[in-house]
Amino acid sequence: MSVAPAEVDLPRIEDESVPDKPWLTIVWNDPVNLMSYVTYVFEHVFGYPRPKAEKLMLDVHHKGKAVVASGSREAMEHNVEVLHGYGLWATIRQDT
Amino acid sequence: MEIFRPARDGGVSAWISAGEATLLRTLVLPVMDLMAGDRKDQPQRGVIEELEALFNQGPAPQTPTDPVLARLLPDAYHDDPEAAGEFRKYTESSLREAKKYFAQTLLDTLPENGGRVKLTGDQARDWMRALNDVRLAFGVRLEVSEDFEDQLAALDPEDPRVAAFEVYGWLGAVQESLVRALDR
Repeated sequence: MSVAPAEVDLPRIEDESVPDKPWLTIVWNDPVNLMSYVTYVFEHVFGYPRPKAEKLMLDVHHKGKAVVASGSREAMEHNVEVLHGYGLWATIRQDT
Repeated sequence: MEIFRPARDGGVSAWISAGEATLLRTLVLPVMDLMAGDRKDQPQRGVIEELEALFNQGPAPQTPTDPVLARLLPDAYHDDPEAAGEFRKYTESSLREAKKYFAQTLLDTLPENGGRVKLTGDQARDWMRALNDVRLAFGVRLEVSEDFEDQLAALDPEDPRVAAFEVYGWLGAVQESLVRALDR
């Protein structure tokens, strides 16, 4: 168990070139992949509980795409490789 | 075909006719060939050549022009061709190998003359992915929409695409039963 660190006043860095934004794994809607299959892949690949996997699948289906994971660029690239293995249409981008 | 059901040992099983086994083989083999694709013409490379190729800063490979290949091996970056090319350079061959492996699992576990298919969880996930690749290829070629049954109903019964649509629908039903059997 960890405790919250004491608050420290750090100087705010406004420089936009600092690459501190997380990277995102995005899954796009396509007409072929079955809804049950996409839900299963989200559960199996990310270990998400069923309700979360289903909600993400429905977001992809209704909104055209959804962010399914975020983190380091390396981790997101790994996700995309795995998702391409499952035939999902997945891409990476840095959060804006 | 009797649909996939959960087996006692955590795997899944189904009964498949000889005709269905032949059909599945016939559908999966072209995907394997497609994945073997570009590398087929290349001479066998030794360890040194492989290493040289690994460090060779040649131009990054482009998105495939064949729409089926482009769907099976999609760009990892949406609006950044340079990043997509770099990613493809380091991952495309392993993705091709993975897809060939999934297809090979299906072929290896398919009883030649029909009968009982028994799969472990891992083999079932290989089947799902192999069936999905075949469905993606059909989907691109047939330009299916989410309402493919309406598309099928609107076709003239004499249209040669009718059989392909029906096979596509059947593959979807097999895949769905696999997902549900594994999910229980």
